[in-house]
Amino acid sequence: MLAFSGSLIIWELVAEFSGWSTQVFPGPGAVMVSLIELIANGTLIKHSVASLFRVTAGFYLAMLLGIPMGMCLGRCRALRLLINPIIHFLRPISPLAWIPLSMLWFGIGDLPAIFLIFLSSFFPLLVATTIAVRSINPIYFQVATNFNFSRWETFTKIMVPATIPAIVTALRLSITIAWLVVVAAEMIAVQSGLGYLILDSRNALRMDYVMVGMVVIGLIGLLLDYIMRQLMKIESAAWGTLGSR
Amino acid sequence: MGHILIENLNKEFVEKRRQKRDNGNTPESGQTVTVLENLNLEFEAGEMVCILGPSGCGKSTLLRIIAGFDQPTSGRVLQDGKELSSPSPDNIFVYQHNGLLPWMTVWQNVELGIRHTADPGEKEETIQEYINMVELEGFEDHYPHQLSGGMQRRAELARALVINPEMLIMDEPFSGLDFLTHMKMREEVVNMHLYLGKTILLVTHNIDDALIMGDRVVILSGRPAQVNLNRKLEFPHPRDPKTAPELQELREEIFFMLGVSYAV
Repeated sequence: MLAFSGSLIIWELVAEFSGWSTQVFPGPGAVMVSLIELIANGTLIKHSVASLFRVTAGFYLAMLLGIPMGMCLGRCRALRLLINPIIHFLRPISPLAWIPLSMLWFGIGDLPAIFLIFLSSFFPLLVATTIAVRSINPIYFQVATNFNFSRWETFTKIMVPATIPAIVTALRLSITIAWLVVVAAEMIAVQSGLGYLILDSRNALRMDYVMVGMVVIGLIGLLLDYIMRQLMKIESAAWGTLGSR
Repeated sequence: MGHILIENLNKEFVEKRRQKRDNGNTPESGQTVTVLENLNLEFEAGEMVCILGPSGCGKSTLLRIIAGFDQPTSGRVLQDGKELSSPSPDNIFVYQHNGLLPWMTVWQNVELGIRHTADPGEKEETIQEYINMVELEGFEDHYPHQLSGGMQRRAELARALVINPEMLIMDEPFSGLDFLTHMKMREEVVNMHLYLGKTILLVTHNIDDALIMGDRVVILSGRPAQVNLNRKLEFPHPRDPKTAPELQELREEIFFMLGVSYAV
């Protein structure tokens, strides 16, 4: 809180004495006025909802595909040898490099943006899950065969609980990446969202709106991380470590 | 019930480790290493068999083959005349440590063995009975990391026994315990064995463990493991090798066999 108010004061002072006009470098006061204005006319809500919708859709898609695929890859060596090279080739390609292709494939609208977010979270989740499954202590699988576990029991009683901590961490990291990517994707492919708001305001030379966009992006990023931190409680509940941290 | 016959058991594996330093006797990568060579052993049903041997001689490999986790290169293990080749709830493996599933409470871990019991009342009663037997009442809802080392071993023992197996296979079950807990656990396992009469195979590094607990002591040689000594011990419990002259003699013999000339 102290750091927050300190940086606000510095921002105000720089804006005041730098000699730049309010049009070029608005201070926190001016941005606050614009913020209230944009909230009042509904623009901000509309753009935030659009961005959050895309992130949620892309992120869920990445979870639904990436985590089960990672489980399979972690358990099956043959599959890993077959698919891993492709994954590690595709992984370092920035989702932004997919923008031209995704626009060609999915046109203009939500779909290309969702696809980009999916790409940005899918690979981290897939790789993290694969590694998590591979690092399960082999003793637990021995216990499973010793006590005659079915495949399903091995999955629900060993693989899922054993990998929850690593997967929760991966989810937390990849939602941040997804949120970074949505803003970039919206600057190109669509007509709504916080990224579009920033781009559109730049074109209109409204730097106060640009800054409102940046502030809101930061705030929502904080919120997303807060939600993801609540997921850690699932981990604690599963391992009985609640309260011991 | 639990009679074990080990016939001409051989185990070889191909060394995969890359060679770091060469001191003459570490196997090179790609080389075939014989861990068990032509092993023949017979254990009577209900015997507590203590297996001793220098570290790395293949004691754990032998246990893993008997448990069905590992396959022999040749030879076979017969249990009551039937070949043992895959893990089964009849023969429960008890680990050095980390054998409990850390995301389950003591109760849930013990429940694993009888999770298919249809009658919930009977199931609950049995679980409670075994938890009480290892003196863990009050700790049913604790997770393994909340228990001391000795309590974890006892919980694992309860999990192994609740299933009513024919045989327990214990790989250094007392390692890492403090002195007093070690003594107490040893006594508990002896009492449990006298009471339940199950076949127990137990690998240990501790000669006194073997002499105090074992109905039979087996000493394996260094790699490749062969049987150096296979002696039935017919002494009543409780035993004290310090006062029984025959045990004392055997103790010195074993120390000498394992390459220590002065028994301490």
